[in-house]
Amino acid sequence: MTLHEKTIVEAGRSLRSGEVTSEDLLDAVLLRASQTEAQLHAYLTLDKEGAREAAGQADADLADGIDRGPLHGIPIALKDNMCTRGVETTAASQILAGYVPPYDATVVTRLRDAGAVIVGKTNLDEFAMGSSTENSAYGPSFNPWDIGRIPGGSSGGSAAAVAAGSAFGALGSDTGGSIRQPASLTGIVGLKPTYGTVSRYGLIAFASSLDQIGPLSKSVEDAALTLEAIWGHDPLDATSYSAEYPDVPADLDTGVDGLKIGVIKELAGEGYEPAVESSVADMVQSLSEAGAEIVEVSLPTVDIALSAYYLVAPAEASANLARFDGIRYGLRVEGETTEELMARTRAEGFGPEVTRRILLGTYALSAGYYDAFYGQAQRVRVALRDDFARAYETVDALVSPTSPTVAFPAGEKIDDPLSMYLTDICTNPANLVGHPGISVPIGLDEQGLPIGFQVMAPALGERVLFRVAAEVERLAGFGARPVIEELAS
Amino acid sequence: MAIDIDIAHVARLARLGLTDEELEGYKSQLADILEHAARVQSLEGDPHPGSAHPLGFDNAFRDDERRPSLDREEVLSQAPEAMDGFFVAPPALETE
Repeated sequence: MTLHEKTIVEAGRSLRSGEVTSEDLLDAVLLRASQTEAQLHAYLTLDKEGAREAAGQADADLADGIDRGPLHGIPIALKDNMCTRGVETTAASQILAGYVPPYDATVVTRLRDAGAVIVGKTNLDEFAMGSSTENSAYGPSFNPWDIGRIPGGSSGGSAAAVAAGSAFGALGSDTGGSIRQPASLTGIVGLKPTYGTVSRYGLIAFASSLDQIGPLSKSVEDAALTLEAIWGHDPLDATSYSAEYPDVPADLDTGVDGLKIGVIKELAGEGYEPAVESSVADMVQSLSEAGAEIVEVSLPTVDIALSAYYLVAPAEASANLARFDGIRYGLRVEGETTEELMARTRAEGFGPEVTRRILLGTYALSAGYYDAFYGQAQRVRVALRDDFARAYETVDALVSPTSPTVAFPAGEKIDDPLSMYLTDICTNPANLVGHPGISVPIGLDEQGLPIGFQVMAPALGERVLFRVAAEVERLAGFGARPVIEELAS
Repeated sequence: MAIDIDIAHVARLARLGLTDEELEGYKSQLADILEHAARVQSLEGDPHPGSAHPLGFDNAFRDDERRPSLDREEVLSQAPEAMDGFFVAPPALETE
């Protein structure tokens, strides 16, 4: 196995045995980036200098007997909507071109404290709005499994980097599936933790009641130990929750014997690719053979959850993105009055999808329409929460496909916003109710494209979530790695 | 359900200076999306109270302690225009 293919756990083992240094690990991912970036465009910024310094420090610390834990000396990538002091942070928008944050996001501070080496900032759909990374103002990312296809989104750059080995792990953000869907489409693990367990301070806000930071990784265990590093209460985030990190590692090898697992009836049928449905059904069968009791559960409100999501998320976005006014940071297009300056700056600085969502959210919140749209979406949210609560009275975890399809060709959905929105149908319910969800790769379709399996658990149910996910990983035995085509010159 | 949107009004509320052609394009896309979104109105059963928060956590307060803020010069260095420790913007109110 070449160095860049190792998991975080494997790389950490090589580091501690003295076989490699943190600088070697960094060299391996930077070499991999130099071989794949022309095809994938996973990164917006590579911070070679900062990473070199951090790797040198990690090596010096280890030599002095200072070991900061599982992420010590490991090169990690960050989605470019997390603020990094002194390193450009754009959220893939023209309106933030050249913006250098004066502070680190809390997750960045936590990663640094855990000894991680931050390699760079990955591409995303502008302000994390999209499911393909094609909405980036700096050009799309592509899928390592087929460079004619998208890697999913919005954390598509993070997913492509981890799948290709140009980072050992990455952080993404998930507002409606933006970690889990790209993980599914690139054959890696992606976790959205329980809302409030990972600080959002320094995450450029899209929809504050839905946004959650989490890891993308090559293994379930890597996801668990990355989560441990970033988990925990933060006084700088008023929605941060003070819960101890659950003892996830204790149950990674427990298996599913005795667990009751629910299959969500509404997340199947029309619009789901046959290969996705049959792989998911096979995995459900395997879980049953491994000792889990399988039951079909109905969550009727799931049928209208996507509609609620596309009101709540744009409504919150329209408020959050009001801060981009051309006065305090980022782009400015001059005007005679403040209002003219703002209107010109925003028209110039925001791309089409962000503009569309701001308009949609502004409409849904405006006088005369508020109750029929935003207010009603909030009621759907509570009805959905009740559906999940009812299901969890009888089951320990819920499962479904992560995405109804495998990775689709670049350009296929970009001119049809509604069809792009439908790709989030399996993932956005967990955001609306704040529950954790994880995608685990379970196989390839007949074209050689990865298929992901989603596990969901109740709020703060990370321990059972990981218990099931680890068993899914074992049962699937997914070890395939993408072969990245050379670009025709 | 046909949804008629006063798109110019919405764009004004959102401070987006779009052209007439752009406005027309967004208007028709928004009508399609809102037609799908209007399915929220089909929610059946008892009227739910609604919530803006996913989990219903309690309000959180931090200790009221002084701590250093961001460095003013560093913050202002990101502004398109700054002067004497302030952001600079054109007039917000019309003058005669």
